[in-house]
Amino acid sequence: MASNTSNAANNDVLLEIRGLRIDGMRDEKWHEIVKGIDLTLHRGEVLGLIGESGAGKSTLGIAAMGYVKPGCRFSGGSITFDGIDMIAASEEKKQALRGMRIAYVAQSAAASFNPAHKLIEQFAEIPLQHQKSNKAEAYADAKDLYGKLLLPDPNRIGFRYPHQVSGGQLQRAMTAMAMSCRPDLIIFDEPTTALDVTTQIEVLMTMKDIVEKFNTAAIYITHDLAVVAQMADRIMVLRYGELVEEAPTRIMLANPKQDYTKSLWAVRSFRKTPALNLGQNDNQPIISVQNVTAAYGSLDILHEISFNLYRGQTVSVVGESGSGKSTTARVITGLLPARLGEVLFQGQALPKDYRQRSKDQLRQVQMIYQMADTAINPRQRIRDIIGRPLSFYLGMNAKQCEERTRELLDMIELKPDQFIDRFPSELSGGQKQRICIARALAAEPTCIICDEVTSALDQLVAEGILRLLDRLQRELNLAYMFITHDLATVKAISDDVVVMLKGRIVEQGSKDDIFSPPYPEYTEKLLSSVPQMDPDWMRNLLAKRS
Amino acid sequence: MNTNISPKVQPLDASQIPAARPSKFKLALRELWRAPLSAKFGILVVCGYIFIAIFAPWLTHYGESEIVGGPFEEWGKKFLLGTDNLGRDMFTRLLYGARNTIGIAFVTTCLAFLIGGISGILAAILGGWPDQIMSRVVDILMAIPSLIFSLLLLTIFGTSIPVLVIIIAVLDSTRVFRLARAVSLNVVVMDYVEAARLRGEGLAWITLREVLPNIMPPLVAEFGLRFCFVFLTIAALSFLGLGIQPPTADWGSMVRDNATLISYGDITPLLPAGAIALLTVGVNFIVDWFLHKTSGLKDGQ
Amino acid sequence: MLSILRLTLQRLGLGVLVLFVVSLIIFLGVELLPGDLCQAIQGQSATESTVAACRKDLGLDQSAPTRYVHWLQGIVKGDFGKSLANGRQISELISVRLQNTFFLAIVAAVIAVPLSLTLGILAALYRNSWFDRTINVFTLSSISFPEFFVAYILILVFSVKLGWFPSLSDVSPDTPFFERLYKVFLPALTLTLVVMAHMMRMTRAAIINLMASPYIEMAKFKGLSRGRIILHHALPNAWAPIVNVVALNLAYLIVGVVIVEVVFVYPGLGQLIVDSVQKRDIPVVQACSIIFAATYVVLNLTADILSIATNPRLLHPR
Repeated sequence: MASNTSNAANNDVLLEIRGLRIDGMRDEKWHEIVKGIDLTLHRGEVLGLIGESGAGKSTLGIAAMGYVKPGCRFSGGSITFDGIDMIAASEEKKQALRGMRIAYVAQSAAASFNPAHKLIEQFAEIPLQHQKSNKAEAYADAKDLYGKLLLPDPNRIGFRYPHQVSGGQLQRAMTAMAMSCRPDLIIFDEPTTALDVTTQIEVLMTMKDIVEKFNTAAIYITHDLAVVAQMADRIMVLRYGELVEEAPTRIMLANPKQDYTKSLWAVRSFRKTPALNLGQNDNQPIISVQNVTAAYGSLDILHEISFNLYRGQTVSVVGESGSGKSTTARVITGLLPARLGEVLFQGQALPKDYRQRSKDQLRQVQMIYQMADTAINPRQRIRDIIGRPLSFYLGMNAKQCEERTRELLDMIELKPDQFIDRFPSELSGGQKQRICIARALAAEPTCIICDEVTSALDQLVAEGILRLLDRLQRELNLAYMFITHDLATVKAISDDVVVMLKGRIVEQGSKDDIFSPPYPEYTEKLLSSVPQMDPDWMRNLLAKRS
Repeated sequence: MNTNISPKVQPLDASQIPAARPSKFKLALRELWRAPLSAKFGILVVCGYIFIAIFAPWLTHYGESEIVGGPFEEWGKKFLLGTDNLGRDMFTRLLYGARNTIGIAFVTTCLAFLIGGISGILAAILGGWPDQIMSRVVDILMAIPSLIFSLLLLTIFGTSIPVLVIIIAVLDSTRVFRLARAVSLNVVVMDYVEAARLRGEGLAWITLREVLPNIMPPLVAEFGLRFCFVFLTIAALSFLGLGIQPPTADWGSMVRDNATLISYGDITPLLPAGAIALLTVGVNFIVDWFLHKTSGLKDGQ
Repeated sequence: MLSILRLTLQRLGLGVLVLFVVSLIIFLGVELLPGDLCQAIQGQSATESTVAACRKDLGLDQSAPTRYVHWLQGIVKGDFGKSLANGRQISELISVRLQNTFFLAIVAAVIAVPLSLTLGILAALYRNSWFDRTINVFTLSSISFPEFFVAYILILVFSVKLGWFPSLSDVSPDTPFFERLYKVFLPALTLTLVVMAHMMRMTRAAIINLMASPYIEMAKFKGLSRGRIILHHALPNAWAPIVNVVALNLAYLIVGVVIVEVVFVYPGLGQLIVDSVQKRDIPVVQACSIIFAATYVVLNLTADILSIATNPRLLHPR
C-alpha cells in the first residue's frame, strides 16, 4: 500500500490507523467487532482507550501490532506504524517489530509469564532474539529497569520464577520486559484491573514514570475512567466497536460532548437518599454480629467482628481482596459457622449452621451475588427462578405464584409479559442482576446481603442497579449489608461503613464519620489510593507521599 | 480481560431481543442439516442399526440358532452370507446379533450411568467424607484394569448375561462417576446452587433441578463414548468366549467361531467385526460433533 | 526440592497402599464364591471326603486372614502357589510368558510412542489443516475398531494375501531375537494401531491446550521466532501432559495385549489368563490379575511422579 499522505506530512506521527475493521467469528458467522476506527498516535504520546466490555478496545490495541486473535480477521482499513503497513507486512517483518519497537503489557501477568523460566531470562530473550545486546548487557539492563520500576532487591528479583513474586511486582516486571528494547510504543492492556487499589496505585505510578523517562508512546486500555485520567494525554471513548468521542484528557474530563460520555462521567454523582434517622440506640438491630471469629480449617480468618444492621439502612463492608468481607457474609448466612461469637436476628441467636436454621430464619436473610451469570440457574426460566421462593417459603399455588412474579418483575422495572418465559441467557448482565434482586425480594426478607453486586457490571448499568436497590429499600424498609471493594460505591450507597483489613475491622461508623478526617492509617491509605478523576491527582499524591 | 471475540451488545431495552423463538424441534432439525458429513453418516448408521435390531425377525426367514445347512457353506442365494461353523445362517445371526449385542451393551451402559451418575453427583454435592469414601473406592477399582478385573470376576461368578451386565456396569460406572463428579463440581460451586442451599432446599431438588440439567451435555456425550467402550468390552469378552454364551447370536463370538475361515482368505468372519466397528465409528462421529457443538472447542480425549 | 521429595514419597506410599488393597480385592473376590473353591472345582462329582482332601491340600481349612497373609508372603517371594488345572507351580507357568508379553508390549511401544507423539504434535501445530482433519477421522475410526477386527484385517492382508508375515506368533524361549521380532510383527502392529489413535488424540489435545496459554501468546508479542516459542516456551511445560499421555497409553497397551495374544496364539500372559478363566483355574487367574494390576498401577504412578518432577512450580518453591 502506498504510504499514507498524512504520515508523509507529519513526521511526528508514530501510528496511524484509518478506517480499521476487524471481524470476529461467532456462531459460525463473521461479526464486526471494530467498525471503522481512525486513530493517530504521536511519538511519546500516551493515548487512553476507554470503553465498556465489548467495545473492541483490546482488539484495537492488539491490532496495532498487526495481530488479531485466533477467530478474528482484518476486513478493512489500514494500520501504519512508522511508515510500515502492519496488515500487509510479512510475518517475519512483524516478528522483527514486535518486542523490538512495539511491546505489550497484558492484564494477567501471572498467566502471561512462562512458569518454567526465570523472570530475567524472559526479559533477556527479547534483546537476544532481536540481536540488540548480548546476555550480560541484557541482564545488567534488566536489573537497572527493575530498579527504576521500584521493584524490591532489583539485582536479585529477576532470578526468581514468576510464581515466586506477587501480582503487583509481576506486573512491573512485565513492564520492564516490555521496555527491554526501548520500544517506540507500548500497549498496556488493562494492566492494573486484576490488582487491589493500594497495589494498583504503586504500579500505575511506576508505569507512568518509566514511560515518561524514555519518552515512549503508549496506548493505555482500560475501563476505569479515573485510571485513564492519570495515565493518558488524550482519551478515545469507544462503544460497540465505534469511536464515540476523542479529546485531550483535560478537555474530555471538563467538558464531554457526547451523551454517552457524559453518562459515563455522571455515574459517580449518584448518592442514596439518606435513611431517616430513627435513633439507632432505642431501636433493635435486625442483625447483630457479635464478636464473631471464624476459621477455615485451623486458620482464623475473621477476628472478633461486631457490627449491627438496622431496618431501612445500608451498612457497607469495605476492604481489599482477602480482607474477610465475603467471609463475614458467609458467617451471617450460616455457610461458614462461626467458631466463636453469635449472629443475632432481632435479638435472638441464629443457629450457626444454615442447615439447622428454620425455613423462616432462612427466608429473612437473602443474598444477591456479584456474578449474576452464576447466581441464576441457566436452565430455569425466569418464571421458575422467581416462583420457587414463592411456593417454597410462602406456599403459593401456581396461579398466585404467577401473579406475584409479575408484580415482582414490575417492581424491578422489567416488563412481565416479555420476560417471564425467558431463560437467563436471553437477558443482559444488568437484567440478570435485576432477576436476582427479584428472587431475593420474593422471599419477603427483612435483610439482603449484597456481595459486590455492581462490580461485574458496566458503570451505567451498575448505577441503574444502585438506584433500584435504593428505591426498594425505601419502599420495603429493607436492611442492606453491602460488600464492596469500590469506595465510590460505598460513598453512593451507605449509611454506615465498616472497613476491614486482614480479617479485622479497622474502623466503623457512619459514612460521614468515615469519609472525613481524621482517618486511621489504613483507611487513609485505602481512601488515598482510589484514583480520582482529576488528572493531577496521582502527581499530587506522589508528591505528598514522598 | 476485554478480549471477547464477539461484542456482547447488551441492549437495555428488551424489545431488541426477538420475543418469539423457533421451536426446539425446528432448531434441532436445522442443526442436523448443518451438521458435518461425518455426523450425518453417524446418525444414518445408528438409525440403521436400531431398525435392524428392532425388526430382525421380519428381515429373515431363518431362526436365530436354527441349523439350516452344513457348516461353512458358501455365500449364495439360499444363504446370503453362507453358514457358520455349525451350519446356521450367517445373515440371520448377524441380524439377531445386532439385537443381542447392542441391547445388552445399551442396558449395561444405562445401568452404569444410573450407578455412576447418581453417586458422582451426590459426591459432588455432599462433599466431605461421603465424597472421600466414594472417590477412594473408585480410585481403587480403577487401579485394576477393567478387562482383567472382569475376567477375574467372570471366573468367580461364571458367565451368564445378568452377571456380565452387572460386572461391566459396575466397573464402567467408575468412569461415569469420575466424569459426573467432575462436571458436577463445576456446577456445585455456582452461586445458584449456594442460593438453593441457603433457601433450604433438599438434596433431591438440588440434584435434580439445579445440578442435573446443567451437566446434561457432557453426560450425554459421555453416554455415547461409554456405550462404545462397553460395546467393545462385551464384544472382546464374547470373542474370548467369556461373554455372551451360545447359542445366542452375538458378533464377538461369531468372529471367534468362524475365525478359521480367514486363513482361507474368506472375509465372512470379518463381517460381524466390521459391524461392531461401523456402529462405534458412527456413535463416535456423532459424539465428536456433539462435543464440538456444546463445548465450543473441546478437542480429543 | 523438599516438597517434590515429599510429594513423591507420598505418591509412592499411596501406590503401595493401592497395590495392597488390590491384592486384598483379588483375594477376597474368591471368597465370594458360592460354597468354596473345592466345591467349585469338583462341581457335581464332589463327595464329602474328596472336598475335605482338596481343602486340606489347598490350605482352605485355615482361616481367611491366615491364608491371605501366606498368599501375600508367597507373592512377595515370587511364589504364587500351584495351578489347579495341572498342579504345576504358577511361577514357572508365568515367568516365560511374562517375558513374552513384555517383549510384545515393548516392541509395540517403541513403534507407537515416537510415532504418535510426533503426529499428535504436528496435528496440534497445524490445527484445522487437511492433515489435522485426516488424522482426526483416522484416529476416531481406529479408536472404534475392536482389537480383533484390526488383527484379522492385518492377518488377511499381510499373512493370507501377501504372505509376508506369519499369522501365528509361536515363539519359544530359544527363538532367536530377530526371528522373534519377525514373528511378533503383526501382533505388535495391531497393538500399535489401536494405541496410537488414543495417544495421538490426547497429545494433540494437550498441545492445543498448551499453545492457547497466555504466555505463548505473550511470546508471540515479544517477537520470538516460532522455533523458540515451541522449543523454549511450549516444550518445558509440555512434559507433564505428554508423560501422562504416554503412561496412560502404555497401561492401556498392557491390557490390550490380552486379545491380541489370543488372536495370534502368542504364548503370553494374556493367553494364559484367558485359558485359565475358561478352566476356572482360579489361582492362576489371581496371579495373572495381580501382575497386570501391578504393572498398571506402577505405570500410572510413574506418570504421576514424573509430572510432579517436571512441574516448575514445585521445582522452584517459594
